[in-house]
Order: sequence, then C-alpha cells, then structure tokens
Amino acid sequence: MPERNFTIPIGPQHPALKEPESFNVTLQGEKIVGMNVRLGYNHRGIEKACEERTFVQDVYLIERVCGICSHSHSTCFVQAVEEIAGLEVPKRGLYIRTLVAELERVHSHLLWLGVAGHEIGFDTLLMYTWRDREVVMDLLALLTGNRVHYGMNTIGGVRRDITAEQIPQILAAVDTLEERTKYYAQVATQEMTIIKRLSGVGVLSHEDAKHLGAVGPTARASAVDRDVRRDDPYAAYGALSFNVVTDNHNDVYGRTLVRVGELMEAYKLIRQIVANLPGGPIAVKAPRKIPAGEALSRYEAPRGEDIHYVRANGTDKPERVKIRAPTLANVQVVAHMLKDRYLADLPIVIAAIDPCFSCTDRAIRVRSDVDAMPETMSWPALRAQSIDWYRQQGIDFTQLNRTFMKK
Amino acid sequence: MLSKETTIQQELCERFDCLKDKVKVQRVRRIFAQVPAVDLPEVFDYAVKKLNFCILGAITGLDEGPTLGLIYHLAQENGIVLNLATSVPKDKPVLRTVTSYFPAANAYEREVIDLLGFQIEGLPQGSRYPLTDDWPAGQYPLRKDWKADILDQKEAAKNA
Repeated sequence: MPERNFTIPIGPQHPALKEPESFNVTLQGEKIVGMNVRLGYNHRGIEKACEERTFVQDVYLIERVCGICSHSHSTCFVQAVEEIAGLEVPKRGLYIRTLVAELERVHSHLLWLGVAGHEIGFDTLLMYTWRDREVVMDLLALLTGNRVHYGMNTIGGVRRDITAEQIPQILAAVDTLEERTKYYAQVATQEMTIIKRLSGVGVLSHEDAKHLGAVGPTARASAVDRDVRRDDPYAAYGALSFNVVTDNHNDVYGRTLVRVGELMEAYKLIRQIVANLPGGPIAVKAPRKIPAGEALSRYEAPRGEDIHYVRANGTDKPERVKIRAPTLANVQVVAHMLKDRYLADLPIVIAAIDPCFSCTDRAIRVRSDVDAMPETMSWPALRAQSIDWYRQQGIDFTQLNRTFMKK
Repeated sequence: MLSKETTIQQELCERFDCLKDKVKVQRVRRIFAQVPAVDLPEVFDYAVKKLNFCILGAITGLDEGPTLGLIYHLAQENGIVLNLATSVPKDKPVLRTVTSYFPAANAYEREVIDLLGFQIEGLPQGSRYPLTDDWPAGQYPLRKDWKADILDQKEAAKNA
C-alpha cells in the first residue's frame, strides 16, 4: 500500500487542549511530518482598549491579560510607566512586588506540574500538586485579598502593605511548600514512569533553542543561560541572591527539572525578601498625566520573558501599549519539537512550554460584517459549515466518509 | 571609563552617518535609535552580527499620523536593549522581513501586518495572525482612526 499523508485538525476546540488554538497536523501513519499552527482565537483587543483608557485603568485591564501570570503583566506595565514618569518606587514597595511575583511563580509552576502529570496519564501527581498549590493560593489571598488577580500593583508602588502578623504565616506556608516540592523533586528524578515518558520527548537542541528564540524554562532546559531577573534586574532582584536553574536534557524531562529547581529557588527568594523587608512607605504618588516619553520593560514571568513597550504623549492615556507574552515566542518552537515525532507526544510537548494562549492573543471584539449570522444555527447547518470550512483549509473527509459508508 | 551603553552608542554613530545624534542612552541597559528606513537593513545586520544583539524580544508597530512606525527590540545576553525604530509612509508601509535573522519574527511581523497594515516583503507562507480569517480587508484596528464601532455601524446599515 503506498504511503499516504493525512492532515488532522486538532483544535481550536479539542479535549487535549485547554485553550483555543488550532494545530493542523500532517501525519504519515503515527508520525508527524508537518504542522501548521493557527493562533488568535483569544484576541480581545486589549492593546487598543489600553489606548482608550487612563494609565490607572490600564493597570487593572492589563492584569487581566492572563489569569495565571496576572502580576507579571501588571508589574511589567507599571515599571515602564514609572520609568517614563521618573518615579522612584520606595524599596518596601519593590520588595512586596517581588514577593508576590515569586509566590505567583510558585503557584504557576505547581499548576504546570499537575497539568504535565495529567497529560501523561499520571493523575495522582495532578491531585497532589493541585492540593498543595492551595497553600500558596490561600497565602496570596491572605496577602492581597485575591487568588489570581491580586490588584497589588499601582503606578508608583504597591497598594497593600505586609503586616507583622502575616510574616510568620508566609514562612510557615513556604516551609510546607518546600517540603512538598522536595518530594516532587524525588518523584521527578526517581519515578520511572515520569523519566521514561518524558525523556527524549519534545527535543530542542541548545542551538535551536537560541536560534528559534525560545524563552523561560523551555530555553533553560536546553542549557540557554538566560533569566531577565539576573541579566536585566528589576524590582528587588538586584539586591537578592538566587541561582538561574538550567539543565541540558533538552527535552520535556529537562523542562520538568528546571521548573522544580525554580520552585526551590523561589522559596529561597521569598525567605530573603521577608528577612530583609525594608521599612518605610510602599508607594509614591503618581501624576494623573504622564509626560511624553517611551520605555521598554522586561520581566521574567513563570513562562519566560514578558516584554511591554509603552509610549506616553503627555495626557492621562497612553499613546501605545505593546505586550509580548512569552508563549508567542515559545509556541513557534513547538512545530520544530514535534517534527518526526509521534502524534501521542503532542499534548505533553505542547503542555511542556506551559502555553498561555490568552496572554499570547491578548490584544478586538470581533464582529463579522460579511454576513450577520443568526443567533442560533441548526445542527445540519453547523455541520455543513464546518465541513466547508475545513475544505477551504485543504482538509477533505469526503473520500474517507465514502469508504466508511461502503463498509 | 565609558559605560557599555555609551560605547555602543559611539560605535553606531561612527559607523553610520545617518545615526548622528539619533542614538540616545535613556538609562542603564536601554538604548534607543531612530533609523531611516533605507538604512535599516544595514544597521540591523550590523547590530545583530557585529554588536552581538542576538535576541529579538519583540517588534512594536505604531501609528504616528502620516507615518507608521516600527521598533525592533533587540537585546544582548548581558541585558542591554537596543530599540531600533524606523518610520515608513502610511500609503506605502513596506519593509523587508527579518525572519532570516530571527525565525520567531514571523509571528511579530504578521501581527503588524494584521493590526496596522504593514507590508512585509519576503515573509514565508503561513496563516494570518491574530485576526480572524473573515476579517474585512483594509481594516487595521491599531490605527488611530479605527474605532471598534466602525464594524457596528456597517452591521446596522446592512440590517436597516
């Protein structure tokens, strides 16, 4: 029988992918020979909306770019605005900002560990890590009032102080989390199911990681020694000591080790912050109108480098806000990682970059002016539309269906 | 001793006449340069190959009134960022792709095509990003004259 290629659409709505994105995978048997990634399903016009709102309103809007690294985006934005306005944030404000940033990294990496476990059919790991993640979620709720959208940042500092009573609670939670993470480090390095399932999967060589522009833990697991916290220090990172965790496994297994290593570093950082928390005010007053100017802000989010560019024009509204979320850099590497690999590796390889498509697409309320669609569609009409849509994409099941009908 | 940022600034100004007084060091690790569009390929090549700006962080597109602006945010391993800005006329916003240097520029360049109406020459084939397949042609949402209700009005006119 001659070899034939099949193109299978995975997504935009698919049980193996938790966010809308579309992968058209070309297969030869079980092997992936080509892939086309289509993003944009989560595009909400946030950059445009920022231009129509004031700087202070934008802090809250930008925090909602993502539900996991919300603090990453708001910090990255306020840093740029503070630079343009020439505001010097008080040290205590910077330390509290960094504290929330590291707690966010802990909850994000624990979340990832659970998702990774789930994608390889190891749901016990998912249950364990997500149970433990509640410890850090409760702590974030205690310190900020919220589990995900903390609302801690404001232009010129932070909005809530840390009280003396909260310090022992932070330390106790970190102790619990550290003990649990040590257990996960043991699981990751000794449990054969994990080692065998993740080793050699989603391989990205050191050269390719650099050339293709991977960021964050994805790059660091290919021995790319880059971390904005150390290379381009912001907030309180310049005054704190920590290691940048790298690994040379170049695969999903390496990415797991990097994230577990980063969890341990995060606990170290949190203890340092709490021990050296400076006194004084937590914020300076920011002007309503920001002077004309521009700034580029970088931030090491849990998933990699987050970049915001802000241009002000002297009014209370920004001229332009540009957001580059880490997943936009990493998702372009996925097709390379999966080339000549098996289809069964697809969910875990995609999950291993810890993708966040709402971040990536952030940036319009979409209304079609081509033909206003009726509110409800009949089932046959919906089916016909989907067949037609895929046909336009070059995917046709007619022949295949006929073969089945004959049988 | 001169700082690393000032050394880069001087090197750029000496090497390229078009950059005289156009390079400024805004703060530690932040350099901004305004490059004429014709000289951009040469300056970009020099920055990447000779000055070791080996990371492309992002590409920002801007609506500057009569012109469209584009900023390439390049970075060195040590954290220094060079922001190379250029402007092209709105009626002919054509630039060459930089995907040969940085394959990841693919998504960044498609974004400025969709949202601002840039024309990027030499971009490999691929699906659009980030707007929908049925997005009306000639509508560029990040241009200043574009308002979201433009689409609503068209819809209302059709339904009337």
